[in-house]
Amino acid sequence: MSFIDSFKLNFIKDNRWKYLVDGLGVTLRVTLFAVLIGIAIGFLIAVIRSTYDKTGKLKFFNFLANIYVTVIRGTPVLVQLLIIYFVIFGSVRIDKVLVAVLAFGINSGAYVSEIVRSGIMSIDPGQMEAGRSLGFNYVQTMWYVILPQAFKNVLPALGNEFIVLLKETSVAGYIALEDLTKGGDIIRSQTYDPFMPLITVALVYLAMVMFLSFLLKKLERRLRNSER
Amino acid sequence: MSDNQIKEENKTLISVNNLSKHFEDLHALNGVTIDINKGDVVFVIGPSGSGKSTFLRCLNRLEEPTGGTILFEGVDITNKKTDINMHRQKMGMVFQQFNLFPHMTVLKNLTIGPMKLQGKSKKEAEEEAMKLLERVGLADRANAYPSQLSGGQKQRIAIVRALCMKPDVMLFDEPTSALDPEMVGEVLEVMRELAKENMTMVVVTHEIAFAKEIANRVIFMADGKIEEEGDAKEFFENPKSERLKAFLAKVL
Repeated sequence: MSFIDSFKLNFIKDNRWKYLVDGLGVTLRVTLFAVLIGIAIGFLIAVIRSTYDKTGKLKFFNFLANIYVTVIRGTPVLVQLLIIYFVIFGSVRIDKVLVAVLAFGINSGAYVSEIVRSGIMSIDPGQMEAGRSLGFNYVQTMWYVILPQAFKNVLPALGNEFIVLLKETSVAGYIALEDLTKGGDIIRSQTYDPFMPLITVALVYLAMVMFLSFLLKKLERRLRNSER
Repeated sequence: MSDNQIKEENKTLISVNNLSKHFEDLHALNGVTIDINKGDVVFVIGPSGSGKSTFLRCLNRLEEPTGGTILFEGVDITNKKTDINMHRQKMGMVFQQFNLFPHMTVLKNLTIGPMKLQGKSKKEAEEEAMKLLERVGLADRANAYPSQLSGGQKQRIAIVRALCMKPDVMLFDEPTSALDPEMVGEVLEVMRELAKENMTMVVVTHEIAFAKEIANRVIFMADGKIEEEGDAKEFFENPKSERLKAFLAKVL
Protein backbone atom coordinates (compact mmCIF):
# COMPACT_ATOMS: atom_id res chain seq x y z
CA MET A 1 0.00 0.00 0.00
CA SER A 2 1.45 3.35 -1.00
CA PHE A 3 1.79 6.26 1.38
CA ILE A 4 -1.02 8.09 -0.34
CA ASP A 5 -3.34 5.11 -0.23
CA SER A 6 -2.56 4.62 3.43
CA PHE A 7 -3.24 8.30 4.12
CA LYS A 8 -6.57 8.12 2.30
CA LEU A 9 -7.59 4.93 4.08
CA ASN A 10 -6.73 6.15 7.57
CA PHE A 11 -7.83 9.77 7.43
CA ILE A 12 -10.04 10.53 4.42
CA LYS A 13 -12.25 7.45 4.17
CA ASP A 14 -15.33 7.64 6.40
CA ASN A 15 -14.05 10.99 7.67
CA ARG A 16 -11.70 9.15 10.02
CA TRP A 17 -9.62 12.31 10.56
CA LYS A 18 -12.43 13.39 12.84
CA TYR A 19 -11.33 10.82 15.44
CA LEU A 20 -8.02 12.65 15.70
CA VAL A 21 -9.43 16.16 15.68
CA ASP A 22 -12.13 15.36 18.23
CA GLY A 23 -9.60 13.41 20.31
CA LEU A 24 -7.20 16.33 20.20
CA GLY A 25 -9.96 18.59 21.49
CA VAL A 26 -10.61 16.22 24.40
CA THR A 27 -6.91 15.95 25.22
CA LEU A 28 -6.49 19.71 25.21
CA ARG A 29 -9.56 20.27 27.36
CA VAL A 30 -8.56 17.61 29.89
CA THR A 31 -5.00 18.93 30.06
CA LEU A 32 -5.99 22.58 30.38
CA PHE A 33 -8.47 22.06 33.22
CA ALA A 34 -6.28 19.48 34.94
CA VAL A 35 -3.41 21.99 34.89
CA LEU A 36 -5.66 24.63 36.46
CA ILE A 37 -6.83 22.24 39.18
CA GLY A 38 -3.26 21.06 39.69
CA ILE A 39 -2.04 24.65 40.15
CA ALA A 40 -4.86 25.48 42.57
CA ILE A 41 -4.38 22.36 44.70
CA GLY A 42 -0.60 22.52 44.39
CA PHE A 43 -0.27 26.10 45.59
CA LEU A 44 -2.72 25.54 48.43
CA ILE A 45 -0.93 22.40 49.66
CA ALA A 46 2.46 24.03 49.23
CA VAL A 47 1.43 27.04 51.33
CA ILE A 48 -0.01 24.78 54.02
CA ARG A 49 3.07 22.58 54.21
CA SER A 50 5.63 25.36 54.10
CA THR A 51 3.66 27.33 56.69
CA TYR A 52 3.79 24.31 58.95
CA ASP A 53 7.48 23.79 58.26
CA LYS A 54 8.31 27.39 59.10
CA THR A 55 5.89 28.28 61.89
CA GLY A 56 4.47 25.01 63.23
CA LYS A 57 0.94 26.27 62.56
CA LEU A 58 -1.78 24.43 60.57
CA LYS A 59 -0.76 21.11 62.05
CA PHE A 60 -4.02 19.36 61.16
CA PHE A 61 -4.11 20.62 57.57
CA ASN A 62 -0.47 19.72 57.19
CA PHE A 63 -1.33 16.20 58.32
CA LEU A 64 -4.07 15.93 55.67
CA ALA A 65 -1.76 17.42 53.04
CA ASN A 66 0.90 14.86 53.86
CA ILE A 67 -1.55 12.01 53.43
CA TYR A 68 -2.71 13.44 50.12
CA VAL A 69 0.80 13.82 48.73
CA THR A 70 1.87 10.39 49.99
CA VAL A 71 -1.13 8.56 48.55
CA ILE A 72 -1.19 10.38 45.22
CA ARG A 73 2.53 10.05 44.60
CA GLY A 74 2.53 6.50 45.85
CA THR A 75 0.00 5.10 43.39
CA PRO A 76 -0.10 5.10 39.57
CA VAL A 77 -2.20 7.79 37.92
CA LEU A 78 -3.97 5.15 35.84
CA VAL A 79 -5.12 3.32 38.97
CA GLN A 80 -6.33 6.63 40.41
CA LEU A 81 -8.26 7.34 37.21
CA LEU A 82 -9.90 3.90 37.29
CA ILE A 83 -10.79 4.23 40.98
CA ILE A 84 -12.37 7.64 40.46
CA TYR A 85 -14.38 6.44 37.47
CA PHE A 86 -15.40 2.94 38.57
CA VAL A 87 -15.43 3.26 42.38
CA ILE A 88 -16.11 6.84 43.41
CA PHE A 89 -18.44 7.66 40.51
CA GLY A 90 -19.27 4.03 39.81
CA SER A 91 -22.97 4.33 40.46
CA VAL A 92 -23.63 7.69 38.81
CA ARG A 93 -23.59 8.78 35.20
CA ILE A 94 -20.89 11.36 34.85
CA ASP A 95 -19.09 13.04 31.99
CA LYS A 96 -15.86 11.16 31.34
CA VAL A 97 -14.03 14.36 30.51
CA LEU A 98 -14.90 15.62 33.97
CA VAL A 99 -13.62 12.41 35.55
CA ALA A 100 -10.37 12.69 33.63
CA VAL A 101 -9.98 16.36 34.57
CA LEU A 102 -10.47 15.51 38.24
CA ALA A 103 -8.15 12.51 38.20
CA PHE A 104 -5.29 14.22 36.37
CA GLY A 105 -5.81 17.49 38.25
CA ILE A 106 -5.73 15.83 41.66
CA ASN A 107 -2.73 13.79 40.59
CA SER A 108 -0.83 16.78 39.24
CA GLY A 109 -1.61 18.82 42.35
CA ALA A 110 0.57 16.55 44.47
CA TYR A 111 3.58 17.05 42.22
CA VAL A 112 2.94 20.76 41.76
CA SER A 113 2.72 21.18 45.54
CA GLU A 114 6.21 19.75 46.03
CA ILE A 115 7.59 21.94 43.27
CA VAL A 116 5.98 25.10 44.63
CA ARG A 117 6.97 24.21 48.21
CA SER A 118 10.61 24.02 47.18
CA GLY A 119 10.13 27.43 45.57
CA ILE A 120 8.62 28.95 48.71
CA MET A 121 11.37 27.51 50.89
CA SER A 122 14.01 28.99 48.59
CA ILE A 123 12.85 32.59 49.20
CA ASP A 124 14.93 34.51 51.72
CA PRO A 125 13.15 34.79 55.11
CA GLY A 126 13.89 38.52 54.97
CA GLN A 127 11.20 38.84 52.32
CA MET A 128 8.53 37.58 54.69
CA GLU A 129 9.86 39.87 57.42
CA ALA A 130 9.84 42.88 55.12
CA GLY A 131 6.24 42.20 54.10
CA ARG A 132 5.12 41.65 57.68
CA SER A 133 6.96 44.75 58.90
CA LEU A 134 4.95 46.89 56.48
CA GLY A 135 1.77 45.57 58.07
CA PHE A 136 0.79 42.84 55.63
CA ASN A 137 -0.60 39.74 57.29
CA TYR A 138 0.83 36.31 56.58
CA VAL A 139 -1.52 35.48 53.71
CA GLN A 140 -1.09 38.89 52.06
CA THR A 141 2.68 38.60 52.26
CA MET A 142 2.50 35.13 50.73
CA TRP A 143 0.31 36.42 47.93
CA TYR A 144 2.07 39.68 47.06
CA VAL A 145 5.66 38.90 47.97
CA ILE A 146 6.53 35.22 48.36
CA LEU A 147 4.46 33.36 45.77
CA PRO A 148 5.30 35.59 42.77
CA GLN A 149 8.99 35.04 43.44
CA ALA A 150 8.56 31.36 44.17
CA PHE A 151 6.55 30.93 40.97
CA LYS A 152 9.27 32.49 38.91
CA ASN A 153 11.93 30.29 40.48
CA VAL A 154 10.05 27.06 39.88
CA LEU A 155 8.65 27.86 36.44
CA PRO A 156 11.02 25.47 34.62
CA ALA A 157 10.06 22.61 36.96
CA LEU A 158 6.37 23.49 36.65
CA GLY A 159 6.65 23.52 32.88
CA ASN A 160 8.15 20.06 33.00
CA GLU A 161 5.27 18.86 35.17
CA PHE A 162 2.71 20.19 32.69
CA ILE A 163 4.47 18.53 29.77
CA VAL A 164 4.35 15.24 31.67
CA LEU A 165 0.68 15.84 32.45
CA LEU A 166 -0.20 16.51 28.81
CA LYS A 167 1.29 13.17 27.77
CA GLU A 168 -0.08 11.32 30.78
CA THR A 169 -3.65 12.09 29.73
CA SER A 170 -3.08 9.52 26.97
CA VAL A 171 -4.13 6.78 29.41
CA ALA A 172 -7.65 8.27 29.55
CA GLY A 173 -8.64 5.67 26.96
CA TYR A 174 -8.84 3.18 29.82
CA ILE A 175 -12.17 4.70 30.84
CA ALA A 176 -13.17 4.77 27.16
CA LEU A 177 -12.64 8.51 26.91
CA GLU A 178 -11.91 9.27 23.27
CA ASP A 179 -8.86 11.44 23.56
CA LEU A 180 -6.14 11.85 20.93
CA THR A 181 -4.46 8.51 21.67
CA LYS A 182 -7.76 6.64 21.74
CA GLY A 183 -8.77 8.34 18.48
CA GLY A 184 -5.64 7.09 16.75
CA ASP A 185 -6.16 3.65 18.20
CA ILE A 186 -9.76 3.52 16.97
CA ILE A 187 -8.55 4.28 13.43
CA ARG A 188 -5.93 1.54 13.75
CA SER A 189 -8.54 -0.97 14.84
CA GLN A 190 -10.73 -0.09 11.86
CA THR A 191 -8.06 -0.03 9.17
CA TYR A 192 -5.65 -2.64 10.56
CA ASP A 193 -2.93 -0.20 9.52
CA PRO A 194 -1.11 0.84 12.70
CA PHE A 195 1.72 2.89 11.20
CA MET A 196 -0.08 5.93 9.85
CA PRO A 197 -2.50 6.72 12.75
CA LEU A 198 -0.08 6.00 15.59
CA ILE A 199 2.83 7.91 14.09
CA THR A 200 0.47 10.80 13.43
CA VAL A 201 -0.70 10.75 17.05
CA ALA A 202 2.91 10.75 18.23
CA LEU A 203 3.74 13.71 15.98
CA VAL A 204 0.76 15.68 17.26
CA TYR A 205 1.90 15.15 20.88
CA LEU A 206 5.42 16.14 19.90
CA ALA A 207 4.16 19.31 18.24
CA MET A 208 2.05 20.21 21.27
CA VAL A 209 4.95 19.68 23.68
CA MET A 210 7.28 21.73 21.50
CA PHE A 211 4.75 24.54 21.38
CA LEU A 212 4.24 24.38 25.15
CA SER A 213 8.00 24.48 25.73
CA PHE A 214 8.21 27.48 23.47
CA LEU A 215 5.51 29.32 25.42
CA LEU A 216 7.15 28.46 28.74
CA LYS A 217 10.52 29.66 27.56
CA LYS A 218 8.96 32.94 26.49
CA LEU A 219 7.21 33.38 29.82
CA GLU A 220 10.40 32.54 31.67
CA ARG A 221 12.35 35.09 29.71
CA ARG A 222 9.72 37.73 30.31
CA LEU A 223 9.68 37.13 34.05
CA ARG A 224 13.45 37.12 34.22
CA ASN A 225 13.75 40.31 32.16
CA SER A 226 11.94 42.13 34.92
CA GLU A 227 14.98 41.66 37.10
CA ARG A 228 17.75 42.63 34.76
CA MET B 1 -5.17 62.94 86.41
CA SER B 2 -3.07 66.11 86.49
CA ASP B 3 -2.04 67.97 83.38
CA ASN B 4 1.48 66.93 83.93
CA GLN B 5 0.65 63.27 83.82
CA ILE B 6 -1.31 63.67 80.60
CA LYS B 7 1.62 65.43 79.04
CA GLU B 8 3.89 62.63 80.18
CA GLU B 9 1.63 60.05 78.59
CA ASN B 10 1.37 61.89 75.32
CA LYS B 11 5.08 62.08 75.10
CA THR B 12 5.76 58.39 75.54
CA LEU B 13 5.52 56.55 72.24
CA ILE B 14 6.83 53.14 73.17
CA SER B 15 6.91 51.86 76.70
CA VAL B 16 8.84 48.63 77.16
CA ASN B 17 8.45 46.86 80.45
CA ASN B 18 10.51 43.90 81.59
CA LEU B 19 10.80 42.54 78.05
CA SER B 20 12.42 39.14 77.69
CA LYS B 21 13.05 36.71 74.91
CA HIS B 22 14.30 33.20 75.51
CA PHE B 23 15.31 30.92 72.67
CA GLU B 24 15.43 27.30 73.84
CA ASP B 25 18.06 27.79 76.53
CA LEU B 26 19.56 31.03 75.29
CA HIS B 27 18.33 34.15 77.07
CA ALA B 28 18.60 36.77 74.34
CA LEU B 29 16.72 39.41 76.31
CA ASN B 30 16.55 39.55 80.08
CA GLY B 31 14.06 42.05 81.38
CA VAL B 32 14.53 45.18 79.31
CA THR B 33 12.62 48.23 80.54
CA ILE B 34 12.69 51.55 78.75
CA ASP B 35 10.42 54.34 77.54
CA ILE B 36 10.91 55.85 74.12
CA ASN B 37 9.43 59.29 73.65
CA LYS B 38 8.14 61.03 70.58
CA GLY B 39 11.00 62.61 68.66
CA ASP B 40 13.63 60.53 70.39
CA VAL B 41 16.57 59.35 68.35
CA VAL B 42 17.63 56.33 70.34
CA PHE B 43 20.75 54.45 69.37
CA VAL B 44 21.25 50.95 70.67
CA ILE B 45 24.85 49.83 70.80
CA GLY B 46 26.68 46.93 72.33
CA PRO B 47 28.85 43.92 71.50
CA SER B 48 27.47 41.30 69.12
CA GLY B 49 25.24 38.82 70.88
CA SER B 50 24.20 41.43 73.41
CA GLY B 51 20.57 41.20 72.29
CA LYS B 52 20.28 44.60 70.64
CA SER B 53 18.86 43.29 67.36
CA THR B 54 16.53 40.97 69.24
CA PHE B 55 15.33 43.95 71.27
CA LEU B 56 14.60 45.93 68.13
CA ARG B 57 12.85 43.03 66.41
CA CYS B 58 10.70 42.47 69.47
CA LEU B 59 9.44 46.04 69.25
CA ASN B 60 7.27 45.19 66.22
CA ARG B 61 7.04 41.54 67.18
CA LEU B 62 8.98 40.22 64.22
CA GLU B 63 10.48 38.31 67.12
CA GLU B 64 7.86 37.15 69.62
CA PRO B 65 8.83 38.24 73.12
CA THR B 66 8.50 35.48 75.71
CA GLY B 67 7.79 37.87 78.56
CA GLY B 68 7.07 41.46 79.47
CA THR B 69 4.95 44.06 77.72
CA ILE B 70 5.33 46.70 75.03
CA LEU B 71 2.93 49.60 74.97
CA PHE B 72 2.91 51.34 71.60
CA GLU B 73 0.84 54.52 71.52
CA GLY B 74 -0.84 53.28 74.65
CA VAL B 75 -1.81 49.87 73.26
CA ASP B 76 -0.31 46.66 74.60
CA ILE B 77 1.00 45.12 71.37
CA THR B 78 2.34 42.06 73.17
CA ASN B 79 -1.25 41.06 73.88
CA LYS B 80 -2.08 38.22 71.49
CA LYS B 81 -5.49 39.77 70.83
CA THR B 82 -3.98 42.99 69.51
CA ASP B 83 -4.00 43.22 65.73
CA ILE B 84 -0.26 43.60 65.34
CA ASN B 85 -0.58 44.21 61.59
CA MET B 86 -2.40 47.48 62.21
CA HIS B 87 0.33 48.72 64.54
CA ARG B 88 3.17 47.56 62.32
CA GLN B 89 1.94 50.01 59.69
CA LYS B 90 2.94 52.73 62.14
CA MET B 91 6.36 51.20 62.84
CA GLY B 92 8.62 51.39 59.80
CA MET B 93 11.47 48.93 59.74
CA VAL B 94 14.75 49.02 57.85
CA PHE B 95 16.80 45.84 57.62
CA GLN B 96 20.49 45.14 57.35
CA GLN B 97 19.92 43.23 54.11
CA PHE B 98 17.46 45.83 52.68
CA ASN B 99 14.88 43.14 51.84
CA LEU B 100 13.44 45.02 48.92
CA PHE B 101 10.99 43.00 46.84
CA PRO B 102 13.10 41.96 43.84
CA HIS B 103 10.15 41.20 41.57
CA MET B 104 8.76 44.72 41.77
CA THR B 105 10.04 48.03 40.44
CA VAL B 106 11.20 50.59 42.97
CA LEU B 107 7.92 52.46 42.61
CA LYS B 108 5.89 49.29 43.16
CA ASN B 109 7.98 48.50 46.24
CA LEU B 110 7.03 51.88 47.62
CA THR B 111 3.36 51.92 46.70
CA ILE B 112 2.20 48.38 47.43
CA GLY B 113 1.85 49.02 51.16
CA PRO B 114 -0.07 52.30 50.97
CA MET B 115 -2.28 50.93 48.18
CA LYS B 116 -3.14 47.53 49.64
CA LEU B 117 -3.13 48.43 53.32
CA GLN B 118 -4.19 52.05 53.49
CA GLY B 119 -6.56 52.09 50.54
CA LYS B 120 -4.71 54.80 48.68
CA SER B 121 -5.26 55.19 44.95
CA LYS B 122 -2.38 54.33 42.65
CA LYS B 123 -2.05 57.98 41.68
CA GLU B 124 -1.96 59.24 45.26
CA ALA B 125 0.48 56.55 46.40
CA GLU B 126 2.78 57.16 43.45
CA GLU B 127 2.78 60.92 43.94
CA GLU B 128 3.76 60.56 47.57
CA ALA B 129 6.38 57.95 46.72
CA MET B 130 7.89 60.17 44.03
CA LYS B 131 8.10 63.10 46.43
CA LEU B 132 10.03 60.99 48.93
CA LEU B 133 12.20 59.51 46.16
CA GLU B 134 13.13 62.99 45.06
CA ARG B 135 14.16 63.86 48.58
CA VAL B 136 16.59 60.96 48.73
CA GLY B 137 17.76 61.78 45.21
CA LEU B 138 16.52 58.61 43.54
CA ALA B 139 13.55 59.83 41.53
CA ASP B 140 15.25 58.73 38.33
CA ARG B 141 15.36 55.12 39.55
CA ALA B 142 11.61 54.80 40.10
CA ASN B 143 11.18 52.27 37.33
CA ALA B 144 14.34 50.30 38.02
CA TYR B 145 14.35 46.92 39.70
CA PRO B 146 16.24 46.43 42.97
CA SER B 147 18.88 44.28 41.28
CA GLN B 148 19.84 47.30 39.18
CA LEU B 149 20.65 49.41 42.24
CA SER B 150 23.77 49.74 44.37
CA GLY B 151 23.65 48.77 48.03
CA GLY B 152 23.41 52.35 49.18
CA GLN B 153 20.58 53.04 46.75
CA LYS B 154 18.76 49.90 47.89
CA GLN B 155 18.94 50.94 51.51
CA ARG B 156 17.73 54.44 50.75
CA ILE B 157 14.80 52.93 48.85
CA ALA B 158 14.13 50.61 51.79
CA ILE B 159 13.97 53.61 54.09
CA VAL B 160 11.58 55.35 51.71
CA ARG B 161 9.45 52.20 51.53
CA ALA B 162 9.00 52.33 55.28
CA LEU B 163 8.36 56.09 55.19
CA CYS B 164 5.62 55.72 52.59
CA MET B 165 3.47 54.11 55.27
CA LYS B 166 3.75 57.34 57.27
CA PRO B 167 5.06 55.61 60.38
CA ASP B 168 5.25 57.14 63.85
CA VAL B 169 8.55 55.46 64.55
CA MET B 170 11.34 54.06 62.42
CA LEU B 171 13.27 50.99 63.51
CA PHE B 172 16.70 50.52 61.96
CA ASP B 173 18.40 47.14 62.29
CA GLU B 174 22.07 47.74 61.47
CA PRO B 175 21.18 49.71 58.35
CA THR B 176 24.75 50.21 57.15
CA SER B 177 26.38 46.92 58.15
CA ALA B 178 25.91 45.29 54.73
CA LEU B 179 27.14 48.29 52.76
CA ASP B 180 30.44 48.96 51.10
CA PRO B 181 32.21 51.71 53.05
CA GLU B 182 31.80 54.31 50.33
CA MET B 183 28.01 53.88 50.42
CA VAL B 184 27.53 54.27 54.15
CA GLY B 185 27.53 58.06 53.93
CA GLU B 186 24.54 58.39 51.62
CA VAL B 187 22.40 56.22 53.92
CA LEU B 188 23.47 58.08 57.04
CA GLU B 189 22.63 61.34 55.28
CA VAL B 190 19.03 60.20 54.83
CA MET B 191 18.85 59.17 58.49
CA ARG B 192 20.31 62.49 59.53
CA GLU B 193 17.57 64.29 57.59
CA LEU B 194 14.93 62.14 59.28
CA ALA B 195 16.29 62.92 62.71
CA LYS B 196 16.21 66.62 61.87
CA GLU B 197 12.53 66.32 61.02
CA ASN B 198 11.86 64.93 64.46
CA MET B 199 11.10 61.40 63.33
CA THR B 200 11.22 59.04 66.28
CA MET B 201 13.99 56.57 65.55
CA VAL B 202 15.39 53.48 67.21
CA VAL B 203 18.69 52.53 65.61
CA VAL B 204 20.77 49.44 66.23
CA THR B 205 24.18 50.14 64.81
CA HIS B 206 27.94 49.81 65.03
CA GLU B 207 28.43 53.35 63.75
CA ILE B 208 29.44 54.85 67.09
CA ALA B 209 30.58 58.12 65.55
CA PHE B 210 27.22 58.53 63.90
CA ALA B 211 25.46 57.76 67.19
CA LYS B 212 27.47 60.50 68.80
CA GLU B 213 26.42 62.88 66.08
CA ILE B 214 22.65 62.46 65.89
CA ALA B 215 21.47 60.42 68.88
CA ASN B 216 19.80 62.17 71.75
CA ARG B 217 19.72 58.99 73.79
CA VAL B 218 21.92 55.93 73.72
CA ILE B 219 21.36 52.48 75.13
CA PHE B 220 24.27 50.17 75.79
CA MET B 221 23.25 46.54 75.92
CA ALA B 222 25.15 43.55 77.22
CA ASP B 223 23.98 40.02 77.95
CA GLY B 224 20.39 40.82 77.01
CA LYS B 225 20.13 43.67 79.47
CA ILE B 226 20.42 47.41 79.35
CA GLU B 227 23.77 47.96 80.96
CA GLU B 228 23.68 51.70 80.69
CA GLU B 229 21.33 54.24 79.19
CA GLY B 230 21.28 57.96 79.00
CA ASP B 231 21.46 61.27 77.27
CA ALA B 232 23.87 60.98 74.35
CA LYS B 233 26.35 63.64 75.43
CA GLU B 234 26.54 62.39 78.98
CA PHE B 235 26.67 58.79 77.79
CA PHE B 236 29.79 59.23 75.69
CA GLU B 237 31.57 61.80 77.86
CA ASN B 238 30.93 60.18 81.20
CA PRO B 239 30.36 56.46 80.78
CA LYS B 240 29.71 54.92 84.17
CA SER B 241 29.78 51.15 83.88
CA GLU B 242 33.09 49.41 83.38
CA ARG B 243 31.76 47.37 80.49
CA LEU B 244 30.70 50.46 78.59
CA LYS B 245 34.06 52.10 79.23
CA ALA B 246 35.81 49.00 77.91
CA PHE B 247 33.48 48.84 74.91
CA LEU B 248 33.93 52.48 74.00
CA ALA B 249 37.68 52.18 74.38
CA LYS B 250 37.62 49.39 71.83
CA VAL B 251 35.36 50.98 69.23
CA LEU B 252 36.29 54.64 69.41
